[in-house]
Amino acid sequence: MAARKGSASGAKAGANVSAEELKQYYHDMLLIRRFEEKAGQLYGMGLIGGFCHLYIGQEAVVVGLEAAAKEGDKRVTSYRDHGHMLACGMDPKGVMAELTGRDGGYSKGKGGSMHMFSKEKHFYGGHGIVAAQVPIGAGLAFADKYKGNDNVTFTYFGDGAANQGQVAETYNMAQLWDLPVVFVIENNQYAMGTSVKRATKSPDFYERGIAYGIAGEEVDGMDVLAVKQAGEKAVAHCRSGKGPYILEIKTYRYRGHSMSDPAKYRTREEVQKMREERDAIEHIRQLLLTGKHATEDELKQVDKDIKAIVNGAADFAKESPEPSADELYTDIYTDVAPQNA
Amino acid sequence: MATKILMPALSPTMEEGTLAKWLKKEGDEISAGDIIAEIETDKATMEFEAVDEGTLGKILVAEGTSGVKVNDPIAVMLEEGEDASAAEEAEAPSTGSDAAESDESDEPAKAPAQAKSSDDDMPKPDTTPDWPEGTPMKTQTVREALRDAMAEEMRSDDTVFVMGEEVAEYQGAYKVTQGLLDEFGDRRVIDTPITEHGFAGLGVGAAFGGLRPIVEFMTFNFAMQAMDQIINSAAKTLYMSGGQMGAPMVFRGPNGAAARVAAQHSQDYGAWYASVPGLKVVQPYSAADAKGLLKSAIRDPNPVIFLENEILYGRSFEVPDLEDFTIPFGKAKIWREGSDVTIVSWGIGMSHALEAADKLEKEGIDAEVIDLRTLRPVDYDTVLASVRKTNRCVTVEEGFPVASFGNHLSAVIMERAFDWLDAPVLNCTGKDVPMPYAANLEKLALVTSDEVVDAVKKVTYR
Repeated sequence: MAARKGSASGAKAGANVSAEELKQYYHDMLLIRRFEEKAGQLYGMGLIGGFCHLYIGQEAVVVGLEAAAKEGDKRVTSYRDHGHMLACGMDPKGVMAELTGRDGGYSKGKGGSMHMFSKEKHFYGGHGIVAAQVPIGAGLAFADKYKGNDNVTFTYFGDGAANQGQVAETYNMAQLWDLPVVFVIENNQYAMGTSVKRATKSPDFYERGIAYGIAGEEVDGMDVLAVKQAGEKAVAHCRSGKGPYILEIKTYRYRGHSMSDPAKYRTREEVQKMREERDAIEHIRQLLLTGKHATEDELKQVDKDIKAIVNGAADFAKESPEPSADELYTDIYTDVAPQNA
Repeated sequence: MATKILMPALSPTMEEGTLAKWLKKEGDEISAGDIIAEIETDKATMEFEAVDEGTLGKILVAEGTSGVKVNDPIAVMLEEGEDASAAEEAEAPSTGSDAAESDESDEPAKAPAQAKSSDDDMPKPDTTPDWPEGTPMKTQTVREALRDAMAEEMRSDDTVFVMGEEVAEYQGAYKVTQGLLDEFGDRRVIDTPITEHGFAGLGVGAAFGGLRPIVEFMTFNFAMQAMDQIINSAAKTLYMSGGQMGAPMVFRGPNGAAARVAAQHSQDYGAWYASVPGLKVVQPYSAADAKGLLKSAIRDPNPVIFLENEILYGRSFEVPDLEDFTIPFGKAKIWREGSDVTIVSWGIGMSHALEAADKLEKEGIDAEVIDLRTLRPVDYDTVLASVRKTNRCVTVEEGFPVASFGNHLSAVIMERAFDWLDAPVLNCTGKDVPMPYAANLEKLALVTSDEVVDAVKKVTYR
C-alpha cells in the first residue's frame, strides 16, 4: 500500500496512445462540453427545471477513465452526472430528454438531471444525496466478486463527499473484503461554495485510504492521458484481486455548483486562468495539431458533427412529450424479478 | 443568422429579473464563456455568460431595467460576416414565451399505491386458507421459523446471502441466523463491522448488481443510521430509473421494545416505514407467518422491511410441516371470529389483542381479532368487511400515538365504512413518551391488554 503524490503528465510520460485514440478522446470530451453548454442554454430558457449541475471543465476525468474500462465494468456517481453518462455511451437524446422531464428520457422523465440510470451501459446513477453512491459502488463490486467475474466498479464522488462518514465506512469494508472498486475522487476544489481548505486540514484525499490499507494516488485531471494511465493502473490492481484503489483526480469546474450559483467564493480570474492555461480539451487539440495527427479542418468537422449531435438531442428533448399522467403510479413496485445483472 | 439572446432563468424559481449591467457594448466581439451581463435574480446577482461566439449586434433591454421576463429577448448576436441590419430583422418583438409549460389540465390517475382501489366499495376479503386443510403441523419458535425460511431460500437461490453484525460466527446476536454459517459458509453469511449506514448502502449496491441481500440489523433502532440508504436509495430507485432497476432485498431484525433497554433501544418503526412508497413492510406475529412471509420477502423483487420482535422470538406456534410454503403480502389473517367488535393489530400487538379478546369473552363481549401481518401493502378489505359486521373497531400497536398506523386505519374506515360505524374507532398505542428505564414506568409506557379491554368497552358502550 502506498500513496503517491502527483503523477507526471501522461503525455510527457509517453502514454501509449494512437492518433485514433487521441481523436476519440477529443471527440468525447468535446461532446460533453457542448452538451453541457446546451443544457445550460435550455435551463436558461426554462426547459430544464430544478437543480442542474454542469460538468464543464471536468471532462478529462470520465473520458480518461472510460478509456481504461472494459465491457462489464460498472460506474456510479453523484448528481453531477451528465458527463459520466455520455462517456459510457448513453444516448445524448435520452439524457437531454430526461433533463427536460420528457417521456423519451432515460427515466421517462421521472428522475431528472440527478437521477438517471442505464442497465444496458452499467450506469447505476445519478445519486442526489452526497456520498450515498459510495457504499452502493462498493456493493456493486461486492456483487461482481460474489459472482466470481473480474469486473470493476468505478465509484465517483467529489471532494465534498469525501468528508462524509459513509465514505470512511465504505473504505473499511472495501479493503476488508478486497472489493474490486476504484474510488474516484473528483477534486474540483469546491464543495458547492466551500473550498477544500475551508473544509478539511487533511486536503490530500488520496492519502485518506492509508488508515484502511488502501493505496491511492493523485492524478492531474486536466490531462486525459494522465487520467487514463492512472485508471489503467488502478483497474489492473482491482482486477487482480488486490482490492480497492483510490484515485484523487485534481480537476476544476468552470461553471457554478448548480445553475443558481452566483460564484462569489472564487475570483473570475481564477476560473479564467484555468480555462486558458489548463483546459483539457485545448490540451488534446494542441497535441493533435502539433503532432500532425489531425488538421484544423478535420477538427472543425469534429466540432460540426458534435454540434449536430447536441442539437439533435436538444430537439428530441423539446419534442418528446411529457410523460403521461398514468406514469405517476407506475414503477413504484415491480412484479418482475430483476435479471441477474 | 442573427440570433436573439433571451433573458435566462438563473435559478429554479426565477420568473423575471433585473438587467443590472451590460458588460459588453454593441459591436463587441464575444467568445463563448464571456460574461456579457449581470442579472439580478430572486436569489442573487449572477453573471450571464455567452454560449456562442459572435458580435453583440444590438442591445434590446437597457441596463437597469427590472421585471424582465425569462425568455424575453435582451440582445441580438451576429455571426461572422453579418452586419447590424441583420440585427434589425431578428429584433421583431416576440412577447409570448414559448418555453414549455407543464400542462396542468392533466388529472393524474387517482390510484394511491397503498390502497387497493375498488370501484364499488364492497370489501372483498381473500378468505382462502394459508395452507391446505389437513397439512401436518409442527411446533416451532419464531426464531427457528425465521432461520428455516432463510436457509430454505438460500438453498434454492445462490444469489441470496445474509449480512449484518454478528450474523456468522456469533450465530446471530439473537440467534436467528444460528447454523447458517456452517451450512452456507462465509461467502454467503457475512459478518460486517459495526457500520449500519455503510453496510445498508453496500447491500443496496449488491441488489442493484443482481444479488438478493438479506441485511440484518441487530435491532431496527440502529437502522436509523442507515435511513437514507433504505429510503432514498432502496425505496426510490425503481421509480427514479423509470423501472430499469431497483433493490430486491430484505432489511430485517427485531423492532420495538424488548425489556428494560430504555429509550434508544425501544421503538416501533412500523408506521414510519409504512408511510414510504417503494417499500413493502411486514410485521409478523406467529411463527408460521414469520416463515411464510420471510420466504415471500426474500423472493419479492422490491425492498422489504421485515420487522421482527425480540419478545416473540422465543414463542412457539404451530407451523405447517411443508417442504415449501409462502404467505402472500397484503392478506390479513382472522385469528378469531366475533360479532361485537373488530380488534385490528399486527406484530407483538397481537398478543395484547388476543389476550384482551379472552378477557372480553368472559364479560360476554365477542371480539373479532384481525392480524394485518403486512402494513404495506395492507389488506383493507378484511378490516372493512369485519367493521361492516361488528360496527366497531379498536386498533392495537406498540408505536407512538401521533401519526400511528392506527390513525391511518381510522381514516380509511371513516372514509369507506362511515355509515356502518356505531362508535368512533379507537387507537391503542404506546404512550407519547420516550421509553423509560424504570420497571414501573416502562410498564405504563407500553400498550396493555387491559387498555384494549377498556377501549372495547368504550366503543361497545358497556
